[in-house]
Amino acid sequence: MGLMKTSESFITTKIDDMIGWARKNSLWPMPMGISCCAIEMMSFAGPRYDCARFGSEAFRFSPRQSDLMIVAGTVTYKMSHVVRKIYDQMPDPKWVIAMGACTSSGGMYRVYSVVQGIDLFIPVDVYVAGCPPRPDNLINGLIQIQKKIARGEKPGQSEKVYIQDPS
Amino acid sequence: MKNPDNRKKSIYKILLEFMKEKLLNKLNTHFKDSIESVNEFRNELTVFIKKNDIVKVCQFLRDDDELRFDSLRDVCGADQNKTGDRYEVIYNLYSLKNKFRLRLKVRIEEENPHVPSVTSVWPTADFEERETYDMFGIIFEGHPDLRRVYMPEEFEYHPLRKDFPLMGIPGSLPLPRK
Repeated sequence: MGLMKTSESFITTKIDDMIGWARKNSLWPMPMGISCCAIEMMSFAGPRYDCARFGSEAFRFSPRQSDLMIVAGTVTYKMSHVVRKIYDQMPDPKWVIAMGACTSSGGMYRVYSVVQGIDLFIPVDVYVAGCPPRPDNLINGLIQIQKKIARGEKPGQSEKVYIQDPS
Repeated sequence: MKNPDNRKKSIYKILLEFMKEKLLNKLNTHFKDSIESVNEFRNELTVFIKKNDIVKVCQFLRDDDELRFDSLRDVCGADQNKTGDRYEVIYNLYSLKNKFRLRLKVRIEEENPHVPSVTSVWPTADFEERETYDMFGIIFEGHPDLRRVYMPEEFEYHPLRKDFPLMGIPGSLPLPRK
């Protein structure tokens, strides 16, 4: 963060760094749980994997109070309008994790009804592989978002991060 | 060597033997002209019914004291991909009293995909007929509210028809603006 300690009770830093530090440690996710990936997302929030360690335990079911959307599941064309509407309702800066194969690329659903990757209609920052991804892999995705915020990148415009499935 | 005659009979086989004659006798006495054919495969009984008599036959099967097919388990469609009688509507019935399943089929021609609705007999047919309409474009006459279930209202095609491409028709399902 570029901290400089001048005396016992003062630090100096840049305001952008300070705000970025605060933002990255209080990412409130909007759980866009559409299908089975949502079960792993619940596990990610639960006591065993515990995303509270990274400051994002407050799952907000209102898009107006959240700044990270975890799209977890198969997005159909009919549902895509809902996902976009919820994304539009989130305040800036807003980040998107595409969780799992279906969300990232349509996955095994190569059919007429499923959108072949949500990046066709919303900007995505991190893609997490797996079907479904393990919760610890989703934590990795969250950390990548935190690193992006710490670097001062803009949501949707920075380089995409693709997280492999370690198992 | 085991004698095949001594093998234990399947419960479904016993049930079929018990019910088949009684059921077909009743149908033959009341609806001789309505039955097109009877098919038996793997202890399952299928009866092809003429299209315009389906409600009458269903009403009888439900109300007859001995048969009591009081539960409509499923209605679905099929596209046989041939000219003439291209579509089928399939009714899977179950009798809670006799613990017996019966399948009714109706053949439907390609040019005129209409069939009478059985919602007046079993109200549960409502959503299943809507689904069949959505996927195959078969129109159920007398249905109270024939709308699509899965696909958007403005969608123009019927995806489970064999001439519908697997990946859909480009532009038929709009995405939100980016």
